[in-house]
Amino acid sequence: MKLDEFFVTGEPLVYGGMVSIVLVTSAVIFLLTYFKRWGWLWREWLTTVDHKKIGIMYILSALAMLFRGGMDAMMMRIQLAFPNMNFLNAQHYDEIFTTHGTIMIIFMAMPFLIGLMNIIVPLQIGARDFAFPFVNALSFWSFFFGAMLFNISFVIGGSPDAGWTSYTPLSGAAMSPGPGQNFYLMGLQLSGIGTLATGINLMVTILKMRAPGMKLFKMPIFTWSTLVTCFIIIFAFPILTVALALLTIDRIFGAQFFTVTGEGMPMMWANLFWMWGHPEVYIVILPAFGIFSEVIATFARKRLFGYHAMVWSMILIAGLSFLVWVHHFFTMGAGAFVNSVFSVSTMLIAVPTGVKIFNWLATLYKSKIEFTTPMMWSLAFIPSFVLGGVTGVMLGMAAADYQFHNSYFLIAHFHYVLIAGTVFACFAGLEYWYPKMFGHKLNERFGKLAFWFFVIGFHVTFFPQYFVGLDGMPRRVFYIIPEWMPLNVISTVGAFGMGIGFAIFVFNIYYSYRNSEREKTGDSWDGRTLEWATPTPVPFYNFATVPHADKYDAFLAMKKKGETTFDEEKLKPIHMPSNTGQPIIMMAIAAFASFALIFEWITLAVIGLVGVLIMMGIRSFDYDEGYHVEVDEIKRIEREARGL
Amino acid sequence: MSAHEMKSGPLEYRTQEGQLSILGFWIFLAAEIVLFSTLFATYAVLFGRTADAPTPGELFEIKTVLIMTFLLLTSSFTCGIAIHQMRRGSVKGLITWLIITLVLGIGFLGFEIYEFIHYAHEGATLQSSAFWSAFFTLAGTHGLHVTLGIGWAVLLLIQLAKRGLTPVTSRKTFIISLYWHFLDVVWIFIFTSVYLIGMVV
Repeated sequence: MKLDEFFVTGEPLVYGGMVSIVLVTSAVIFLLTYFKRWGWLWREWLTTVDHKKIGIMYILSALAMLFRGGMDAMMMRIQLAFPNMNFLNAQHYDEIFTTHGTIMIIFMAMPFLIGLMNIIVPLQIGARDFAFPFVNALSFWSFFFGAMLFNISFVIGGSPDAGWTSYTPLSGAAMSPGPGQNFYLMGLQLSGIGTLATGINLMVTILKMRAPGMKLFKMPIFTWSTLVTCFIIIFAFPILTVALALLTIDRIFGAQFFTVTGEGMPMMWANLFWMWGHPEVYIVILPAFGIFSEVIATFARKRLFGYHAMVWSMILIAGLSFLVWVHHFFTMGAGAFVNSVFSVSTMLIAVPTGVKIFNWLATLYKSKIEFTTPMMWSLAFIPSFVLGGVTGVMLGMAAADYQFHNSYFLIAHFHYVLIAGTVFACFAGLEYWYPKMFGHKLNERFGKLAFWFFVIGFHVTFFPQYFVGLDGMPRRVFYIIPEWMPLNVISTVGAFGMGIGFAIFVFNIYYSYRNSEREKTGDSWDGRTLEWATPTPVPFYNFATVPHADKYDAFLAMKKKGETTFDEEKLKPIHMPSNTGQPIIMMAIAAFASFALIFEWITLAVIGLVGVLIMMGIRSFDYDEGYHVEVDEIKRIEREARGL
Repeated sequence: MSAHEMKSGPLEYRTQEGQLSILGFWIFLAAEIVLFSTLFATYAVLFGRTADAPTPGELFEIKTVLIMTFLLLTSSFTCGIAIHQMRRGSVKGLITWLIITLVLGIGFLGFEIYEFIHYAHEGATLQSSAFWSAFFTLAGTHGLHVTLGIGWAVLLLIQLAKRGLTPVTSRKTFIISLYWHFLDVVWIFIFTSVYLIGMVV
């Protein structure tokens, strides 16, 4: 292989990307060396098994991915506003909508939410860490290296260009030769392993490690949403694993699953992909529902209305999410009966979702709303998400879908649910729990500025797309006809509004780090659930004494009784897991093996795989049982944190 | 993460860590069921799509498959005896029966490899048609699981020999026994829905 086949050449934008990668990497290396922070980085972050730190790393990576995916979006919007400028050619446009979709779903939305779950769920249930802290670190690094692998494709080897759905036969070896699609397959495979492991890990944590007294139906609603999400992950992700593996075997080893030769069946990919893909969209929306529920209850200063109905509707949504996958390809021609069945099951999902909407409204009803930034994201979510949901029901009507299919109407619909649902929730959740993570709030003035730019920008971007879709504009085109121009220009203006909103949000992180008042108590918002019972910053062992939590809104009950999580009488040594470098090393080797497989360097891939197996063997013989934090040490830390 | 240990009950369940790991592994097996179900579904969809390659009816032989089934089912039984020995507290019995289990597993693998090579000689390979891609992937994934299980159990045997029965080693042994039985269950489905149906249709 020649060097110019290895690196992507001939695109000024890609050269720009290469230069910025080199510059940023050297800057990071220089800063770490100059401030002698390599050891700190290794000890405190790269080898950590602390769920709070892993969560922060998830969120930081997700923000970086939001930036990357957002840049892709901006480039598409520029191209569509100025189609004659030749800003992007057809091939480059294809690559960019593919990476935009994949990154936003797999490497932004999911890790962001998993990051919040990482930090908050153990705190909400009164646990000291995950059930398997080692596996948690492994999950993070598998996601991280998967994301890096996928992202590097635009400078090395060429990006995938068959859409985030990667439909066969287009994505097969015959029509998409070269490493591009392999990047998609291996990047998703590597990070998918981590997601599955996190699903198992969190499920065991929630089922087995709750504070004494906390029955399942006394759990905070965000924890419930996490538990239901884990259920979906565990039953959906293996399908993706298999689908990706089959296509990999097709592409690299010449099998005939999805080919048009050898009696292969290209349409099977669409089925397998969406049998995972539809549950996947609920994996990113249910935790969002959980976050909104927490935020709304906190700032409405009321108990969440209809807690049981909320939980059961999530369980119903999770079940139904596995029964609707065909609605993504009604036009493939499965026949009237099949389409009708999936049409009905699709519309059924609107029922539990509607129940949730009304419960949020009922929580707000006659309450004294505090307009903090997280609350504003939640309030903006309700009407925006309803717009997305209602158009979703329209798309669910199989006959009408023949008109909407593959048009911008669909694009507008899923951005309305994914941005107004998931992205708003990520912002709301980050701002809401930010003081718990970093010991100070995000500035409210800049937060609200970012909010207005982003929300107005969002509606300006996507509302016109419903209409341009009904006017017949198909998705995934890089060139448009004059009739579609005005609405596309409006969309692009809105997209820049969202971009400014995001920039202000990121600036606010820096601004607040410098200027915000430091938190003195752990209870920044007068919270209701156990995460606010810990001091801020949270000690690495979370709870000095685990509270007895037999009431819903456990911390509210504790505050009434004057209890804290520091009861000097009841202190006992706390058992904690040791830090370890094994997860990052193991996953780095796995990433190496995947990279080799992407370029079909089989020998190197096998060597990498053997390396992974050796690392597993090393782990098997590792009998490190962690260490104990002694009572005196706990006393010292708690007294300092609580200013006693 | 409490370290206190119960004084009665099966050794592997006495620590909280043991309980968590075993529950986690059950959930992992649920995910594995989904994984194999997807492979079975793929196989069912692609059934009969043999293109120019031989049909399964021409190649499948009841004799080899029955031997393989017998080997693997017996290994599940001996694995059960191994766990029984562990509960009795006999390291020696445990190690002996575990080795017997592994030998049977290796026997199974040997036949499977022989079978695959034989099919390839007859013109049925991973590449020859959609049906054979699905067959080799389904049976191969099971075979790969068996291989990994054998490697894993060997590491465990070394640890058992070195450390004897502790809450940790007994937990690990118990979990691998779950894994081994699971592979047996999957094989029963492969035996019936792949080989038996493939021979008569």
